[in-house]
Amino acid sequence: MRPAFSVILLTTLIGVGQGLFLALYAAELGAMFDLLPVQDGRRFFAAGDALALAFLTAGLLASFFHLGRPERAWRSAAMWRTSWLSREVIVLPAFMAAVFGHGVSHYFGLGGTLMPGALGVLLCLVLFVCTGMIYACLKFLQEWATPLTVVNYILLGCASGFTFATAFAAAAGPGLTETFGRCAVAFTLAALCTRVASLVRNARIKPRSSLQTAIGVKHPRIAQKAEGFMGGSFNTREFFYGKEASPLRAVKWGFLVLTFPVPLALLLAGMVIAAAPLLAAAFAIQYLGLIAERWFFFAQASHPQNLYYQAIS
Amino acid sequence: MTQLALVIDLNVCVGCHACVTSCKEWNTSGEAGCLSDDNPYDRDPTGTFLNRVQTFEVGEYPNTQTVHFPKSCLHCEDPPCVPVCPTGASYKRAEDGIVLVDYDKCIGCKYCAWACPYGVREMDEHQKVMKKCTLCVDRVYDGNLPEAQRKPACVLACPTSARLYGDIHDPESAVSKAIRDNGGYQLMPEWGTQPANHYLPRRKTEIRIHRDELQRADNPLKIDGLLPKPGVKAPALDDVTSW
Repeated sequence: MRPAFSVILLTTLIGVGQGLFLALYAAELGAMFDLLPVQDGRRFFAAGDALALAFLTAGLLASFFHLGRPERAWRSAAMWRTSWLSREVIVLPAFMAAVFGHGVSHYFGLGGTLMPGALGVLLCLVLFVCTGMIYACLKFLQEWATPLTVVNYILLGCASGFTFATAFAAAAGPGLTETFGRCAVAFTLAALCTRVASLVRNARIKPRSSLQTAIGVKHPRIAQKAEGFMGGSFNTREFFYGKEASPLRAVKWGFLVLTFPVPLALLLAGMVIAAAPLLAAAFAIQYLGLIAERWFFFAQASHPQNLYYQAIS
Repeated sequence: MTQLALVIDLNVCVGCHACVTSCKEWNTSGEAGCLSDDNPYDRDPTGTFLNRVQTFEVGEYPNTQTVHFPKSCLHCEDPPCVPVCPTGASYKRAEDGIVLVDYDKCIGCKYCAWACPYGVREMDEHQKVMKKCTLCVDRVYDGNLPEAQRKPACVLACPTSARLYGDIHDPESAVSKAIRDNGGYQLMPEWGTQPANHYLPRRKTEIRIHRDELQRADNPLKIDGLLPKPGVKAPALDDVTSW
């Protein structure tokens, strides 16, 4: 598949926003049970919610660039019974509303933020599942059609969100840097395991479709001689990422290094010497890595329709 | 239940692309607006088509077969493109099984094209909506046309009648009989999409003659030896019958 940058930005940005909100709510719960230091409602919670909302809004804005007819985007809430995309379109604004409500109650010190926050957490998790299932439900994109896709979206979102939360806590949440940092390390390690698992799985995939099933001729040697046109078409642009496998391999190693070991090292170093710039760098590098990861996620998926578009003439 | 569909006979298709041009002509002139093209007479021409004819070579030289392979929307009975559409623009008609896109509802998110294993949906780069074969729904129900013309444009254009059109759920229809009698098959059956369009395979017409059939085994000449030959002067049958 050709990586669509609007979708790459959407999925990575809302992942950060979701992870950050989970971190904020964890801090709120921890303070309630006297496990974590109590934080200031305005400086920490309201500001954190505003940042999470900024990430979510940026992601939502990016998604509009994917649409051919963005002015009709409101229609996409219609088919929530069957379409994961439609479900995501409903859950994302609902989650944003919950984050907004949570932030506003903290800002004005209205109290009673635990239940709306819990609703936000629920919506956050549902949103992760919706985003992942958009890809995992396409059964003939075999690289995507696995529960690992959903698990990776959840863990990578949490990892980047908690890494950001660690940097944020270093600036605005005294006493939380250590806890958030540990969570960020744990989520990053967990995401490393599941992402590598999906890479291993995808390396062993046997395509179920072949040129034989595509045109229904039983012969081991079939070669396309013409695809029906001399120039390009939507089918040759949308479903191919490029020519060779070498950039794919470079991006794979790039994202594996940028998303996991480098941020882990920076997080640990930043926690030990309590340096906010190191933590901020950890987030920035991990986010770059996630963009590469999502690019690779698209580029690696090979669509069976490509069987019909192998040779111009 | 009706399921309108095409049955394409690969044994007959000569790869002339008449169905492609006829399809483009009909569907670019309709109410739904044109099927837009870019650089049609320039370098890198590209455009929106609902039907393509591809060519495959089967086997290794010199024992090869050229297969011309027309491909348009297969109007699956379980279309994977329909449930994923977030707006309901992509839908399958209950009354005749045609899979259509409501161009006024489509937001151009391309998710349906991702969800189609056959690559038969094409984004119109100017109208920014997804286009696909409509089975000429604006033609096959047009009461103003004479009965014989109420068929998809590609079917009418085919000079070799490689394209049949009809209801594959009616066991007595010509398409059902063609599928039954000539081994009609579906594309990529592994995904369970149950395409309504079927393809009839290439068939080699061979005459089967065994060696013993080349010479008559019970030839009386072999059994009885040579018959006596009449003398040169003896009257032949011609002398008796001619006058």
